[in-house]
Amino acid sequence: MVSPNTPETPGGAAAPSAAPRSIHDVVIRLAGNSQDGIQSVGGFLARLAGRSDQDVMTYMTIPSTISGGPSIFQVRMGTGDILSSGDRADMLVAFYQHSYDAHISSLRPGGVLLYDSDHVTPVEGDNRFTQIAVPITSGTVEAVGGAGKDKGKNIYILGLIARVFDLDVQKLAALIKERFGGKNEDIVRNAMLAFDAGYAWPQNNLHDLFYRFEAIDLATRASGRPQVTMDGNQALAYGLLAAGVRHGAGYPITPWSSIMETLRTELPKYGGLFVQCEDEIAAISTAIGFSYTGHLAITGSAGPGLSLKMEALGWATMAEMPLIVVNVQRGGPSTGMPTNVEQSDLLQAIYGSHGDTPRVVLSPKNVEDCFYIAMDACRIARTYSTPVIILSDMALASRIEAFDEPDFPKLMVDPKADLSDRGADFKPYPLDAITRHAPPGSKIGSGKYPTVTGLEHDELGHPTGSSKLHTQMTAKRREKIKKLGASLPSPELNGDSSGEVLLVTWGSTWGPALEALKRINTAGVTGGHLHLRHIHPLPDGLDDIFNRYRKIVVAEINDEGLYGFGQLAMMLRARYANPAIVSVTKTDGLTFKISEIVAGVARHIESAQLDASLGVAQPSALAKN
Amino acid sequence: MSSPTLVSPPTPAITTAVPLTKKILTADHPTWCPGCGDFAVLASFYRVLEKLQYPHEKIVTFAGIGCSSRFPYFVNTHGGHYIHGRALPFAAGISLGNDDLHVFVFGGDGDGFSIGGNHLVHTARKNVNLTYVIMDNSVYGLTKKQTSPTSPIGFKTKTDPTGAIDQPINPMRTLLNTGATFVARSHATQVNHMVEMMTRAAKHPGFSVVEILSECVEFYAGAFDSSIPRKGGTWSLIQEKKNDGTPEDADRHDVTDEVAAFKLAGQAWPGSFGVFYENNVRKTKNVLEAELVTKARERTKNATDLQLLQATFAKMR
Ligand SMILES: Cc1ncc(C[n+]2csc(CCOP(=O)(O)OP(=O)(O)O)c2C)c(N)n1
Ligand code: SF4
Ligand SMILES: [Mg+2]
Repeated sequence: MVSPNTPETPGGAAAPSAAPRSIHDVVIRLAGNSQDGIQSVGGFLARLAGRSDQDVMTYMTIPSTISGGPSIFQVRMGTGDILSSGDRADMLVAFYQHSYDAHISSLRPGGVLLYDSDHVTPVEGDNRFTQIAVPITSGTVEAVGGAGKDKGKNIYILGLIARVFDLDVQKLAALIKERFGGKNEDIVRNAMLAFDAGYAWPQNNLHDLFYRFEAIDLATRASGRPQVTMDGNQALAYGLLAAGVRHGAGYPITPWSSIMETLRTELPKYGGLFVQCEDEIAAISTAIGFSYTGHLAITGSAGPGLSLKMEALGWATMAEMPLIVVNVQRGGPSTGMPTNVEQSDLLQAIYGSHGDTPRVVLSPKNVEDCFYIAMDACRIARTYSTPVIILSDMALASRIEAFDEPDFPKLMVDPKADLSDRGADFKPYPLDAITRHAPPGSKIGSGKYPTVTGLEHDELGHPTGSSKLHTQMTAKRREKIKKLGASLPSPELNGDSSGEVLLVTWGSTWGPALEALKRINTAGVTGGHLHLRHIHPLPDGLDDIFNRYRKIVVAEINDEGLYGFGQLAMMLRARYANPAIVSVTKTDGLTFKISEIVAGVARHIESAQLDASLGVAQPSALAKN
Repeated sequence: MSSPTLVSPPTPAITTAVPLTKKILTADHPTWCPGCGDFAVLASFYRVLEKLQYPHEKIVTFAGIGCSSRFPYFVNTHGGHYIHGRALPFAAGISLGNDDLHVFVFGGDGDGFSIGGNHLVHTARKNVNLTYVIMDNSVYGLTKKQTSPTSPIGFKTKTDPTGAIDQPINPMRTLLNTGATFVARSHATQVNHMVEMMTRAAKHPGFSVVEILSECVEFYAGAFDSSIPRKGGTWSLIQEKKNDGTPEDADRHDVTDEVAAFKLAGQAWPGSFGVFYENNVRKTKNVLEAELVTKARERTKNATDLQLLQATFAKMR
């Protein structure tokens, strides 16, 4: 209960002593147990930020036990682009002693600790932080009655945070009502009582811990469309819907399941369907069956399930059938770390399966991009009559971000299957053109109906043992993917267009890398950042870009392997034979911290300034001067 | 499955009103060994299609991997040759992807009961509307004589040189157990019977399966002689109930009686042939999914795809 920094509360007379201080962004970590509903506080804050044109990013850990057990939710909100969920927190809310013990080290120097004085005894005299005892439990009980011991503490804290950061109470109240409104009146009333109690507490108990986010430059929100807030799995599922996908099949596995759950619920409204199959092999088979009827279909899984789909993927390559395969990566191999992040399925996605199977592999860079990459994958699958793998990951799947609502009227793709008549000269596998599959239901002018097949075949689909045809058909399957590569846009290049170092990333490492680049540049090192969304085939022109930098540092969340390089780094070295390509990897199951990328770069280049910058701890935005 | 936003416009241009004949339906020349039982199954299938006269472009002939699974190359319809054991879930995608189609799947005993065993169970229990023909030769033909899940104990193969020791499955009991809504058994030496069984299977709404004993002359000659009269065997046909009130009718088989079907399946080798079980009451997955669509679209008042997505995103502001 006693804390050196706890402000005196002299009979409730004190008023905030200072005007709110302006901050750019803040990282708040809520640590408690999973049943405390801290996820929903995070959700409220994220959606509020979305509605306030603020940027937001969240980070969540779900305990591996089904219920109970420690759980955290971290939200970073602020003005302008928020690129990562933040290395360390500016504010820690600790519900229990174990929450305090486990997470106090995540607080930045100068940060604020709010702890439940009914449960937590912090280390006495810890001057690194502003420590504030808040009667979270008793305050909630006082507001809503005995039930408040277990329920409502989250909303109490939400109220308190709203006061400290001067958040829009009306919008928050509306969100609370939307969330609980479907239930009975009492629940909404209790929630609002808890909220008000939490909101009132700082007035008399906190002297100068009041903040306000910098004003938003609305010109940066030029789309004219409101922001929406969702996680990456939702964005991916809705991207598929916008792209005209109406059929799919899957088998549950974390963290892919919520995509199939969303599609199973949504698709019937659109006249489609999603089948839950007996396993991943059946799921990809059913999905290819849908594609065979002319409806581009989706299947998906996480690492182990992708392995099960490999034989069928080989067939889809051979038979040249369009298909979308989503793989939400997690820690592997085997069941590995099912609720952690890893980017270790890249080589499986590109090279898994048997035989020569030229693959298309894409990866989204953030939650918003999950939507657009899904649309791009569908375009590619249809245009090149090929399976396309989307590599998302646990971090994107579970975190919530705000982004501009897509321009649906412009983007919507017509889902209709093409069952038109095919001419007498129709060939299922022409050597001089990209395969255009004729689904059953379409009449074939020649009267000769095609057999799609996994056996090597001639242009009409007849099985063949001809060496010449196998060579020609292998080239046909390869060349169309190369053609795709040549058509791809130049990848995103940030920072200096030449210099000491080029950071290269793929997937969700995009945000931390961009922030790392800023720090590297600030330390006086020239450098750029190249991000790959199309990983296979690679876009043209990368060698020219690479040649403009002295070191190319590829940062990815996987192991350095037997030869000292991560999976993308290994592929780039093989492709460009450029010894300047080096690797920064890690296998702790967590997203990259900015400082880890900067330190990784510092290991590969010689820069005293950069080395020196590593030792400087980044103070909290909330620190008193 | 057909559904409001997915119905395709009628395709008028090519008029193929000519009746489907064996000549039209014949494609590549079969690659089977001379004398292989599968030839007769193919000949019967042509006759089935001649009888049913489905629109040519709406017939799909599909298969997994094995000698028997070569079937689609020999039938001139839309079709496909998939991977070993997984033709059923693929075919489920075809059937559910376009309810207008007539989907036929062919395969062997290894393809269906071994590597594909679990898919058989689940495609059957979901009652996906398609017809599955298992050409059982009690051996792995394509890979040249290994033990199959229906090889009898004692049968010598390359993987059991001293004779098979593992208990074989009972195909009829297995099929009944899956929840298939039409289960029949036939024999490749009985063309008329095969035609009748496959025709009834095709007409059955739901998952229909016909097991056909089809001899592999190369690796298991004589396997089914005990049910071939001219080789001294007995051909025992199931007498189906006619509900004609005659005293004989009491002893006839009621195809809707699951317990009676299991009793037939328990008969000593070589057992009986005909329809073991038929259930026309259970809804197909095709119908159930279409009902979900209808209900969902009623709830959303037939909103367009664009309106639906916009409304969903408005809730996430
Ligand atoms: C994944 C995979 N495993 C194994 C094989 C090899 N294989 C091909 S057909 C076959 C068995 C065929 O037996 P059956 O299904 O009874 O068909 P039959 O040839 O007897 O008609 C096997 C094991 C394969 N093609 N694919
Ligand atoms: S090996 Fe047997 S099953 Fe295969 S074609 Fe020859 S006879 Fe028929
Ligand atoms: Mg066999």
